[in-house]
Amino acid sequence: MTLAWAFDAILAATVLAVAAWTIVARETFAAVVGFVAYGLLLALVWVRLAAPDVALTEAAIGGGVTGVLLLGAAARLRGTAGVLVDERPGAAMRLVVGVLCGIVTAALAATVLLLPDPAPTLAPEAAANLTTTGVGNPITGVLMAFRALDTLLEKVVLVLALIGVWSLAPDRFWGGAPGPERRAQPDDALVFLARLLPPVGIVIGVYLLWVGADEPGGAFQGGALLAAMWLLAMMAGLATAPAVSERRLRLVLVAGPAVFLAIGLAGFALADAFLAYPEAYAKPLIIIIEVVKMLAVAATLGLLVMGPPERPPQR
Amino acid sequence: MSEVTLFGLGASALVGIGLYGFIIQPEPLRRLLAFNLLGSGVFLLFGVIARRGAAAGMGGDPIPQALVITGIIVAFAGSALAVALLLRLHQADRGGAAPGGDAPPAGGGDGDRT
Repeated sequence: MTLAWAFDAILAATVLAVAAWTIVARETFAAVVGFVAYGLLLALVWVRLAAPDVALTEAAIGGGVTGVLLLGAAARLRGTAGVLVDERPGAAMRLVVGVLCGIVTAALAATVLLLPDPAPTLAPEAAANLTTTGVGNPITGVLMAFRALDTLLEKVVLVLALIGVWSLAPDRFWGGAPGPERRAQPDDALVFLARLLPPVGIVIGVYLLWVGADEPGGAFQGGALLAAMWLLAMMAGLATAPAVSERRLRLVLVAGPAVFLAIGLAGFALADAFLAYPEAYAKPLIIIIEVVKMLAVAATLGLLVMGPPERPPQR
Repeated sequence: MSEVTLFGLGASALVGIGLYGFIIQPEPLRRLLAFNLLGSGVFLLFGVIARRGAAAGMGGDPIPQALVITGIIVAFAGSALAVALLLRLHQADRGGAAPGGDAPPAGGGDGDRT
C-alpha cells in the first residue's frame, strides 16, 4: 500500500463522513457549513482524478457560490426547522428507505467494478483534433468547439434560471433591486475583507480566463471568482445591487448566449456548420466568446445568489 | 484496488447517502442539500469513468470532464431557483408578507398567487 493510496482512502472516507454529517446534523445551519467543507474536499478528489478544471469549478461553484446561496437561505429560514420535526419519518420507515438506498448504492458499486477494460475513451480523438481549435487545454477545446452546443444551451439555462428567480418577486417590487438594503459599517471585518480581496480576486479571475486556453482554468471558473468578489462587495454594503430593470445589466446578461449564438450562426456562412469556426479564426473567436461569457456568468451567478427583487423600484 | 475504483465506490455511496437524505428530510432546504450530494455523487462517477479513459497523454477523457463542468453550473442554477422557490413558499406560509417587512396591499395581495 503506497502513501498516495493511503491518502486517497483517507480522503474518500472523510468525504463520505462529511456527506453523512450534512444529512444527520440536527441544525440546518451546521449542515450547510458541512456542505461547504464537503465541496472543498470534493475539489481535492477531482484533483486526484486528474481533472484540475473540474476541481476549480467544484471549489468555486460547488463549494463557494452554492455555499453562499444556501447559507443565506439557512439564515433566513432559521427558527422554522422545529415546526417540521414531527414530520420526520419513523424508525421503520427510515430503515426501509436506508435499505433501498443501500441497494441503489450496491448496484452502482457493482457497475463501477464491472466497467469494461480497456475503458472506452474519446481522448485520442480530442487530442488529434485539438490543433484545429487553436487552444491547448482539451477541456476548453471540448467546451468551446467539440461540444459547443452544450455550452451554448447551458448559458441559456443560466438566463432562464435567473428569469425564474426574478419572476418570484411580488408585483410591487418588480423592477427594484434584489436583496435587502445593506449599509457598510466601516469597522466591520466583512467590509475590510470586501476592500482587501476584490483587487486580488479580479486579477486571478481574469488570469484564470486567459490561462484557460492552455492550462486548467476557463471562463466559468474566472466568472465564478468575479461573481464571488461582486457578492462580497454587495454583502458588505460597499456595492449596491443593480435594479433588475436596468438596461445595461440586461444587456450583459443576454450578451453571453447572444454573442455565442451569433458566432455560431455565422458558422453556417464562414465554415460549413452551426457553431463551426473557420480554422484561421478559431482562437480569436473562442476568446471573444469566452470574455463575454465570463462577464455574463459573473453577473448571472451573482444575481442568482442575490435572489428576486426585494426593494421597490426607485423612480 | 486502484484509487480510481476506490473513488468510484465512494461516489456510489454518495449517491445512496444523498438519496436517503432527500427522502427522509422533512425540511425543503435539507432536501436541496441532499439533492446536491446526490448530484455530486453522479458527477464523481463521470469523473471516475473519465479517469479510466486516460489516453493520448491526457490524465482523463476530456469529454466527460467537460460535461461535468457544464453539469455543475446547471446544478447551481437549479439550486438557486429552488432556494428562491422555497423562500417564497416560506413567506406564503407565513401569510404572504414579503421581505422588507410591510404587509401586502389590501385586496389582490401577493399571497394569492403563490
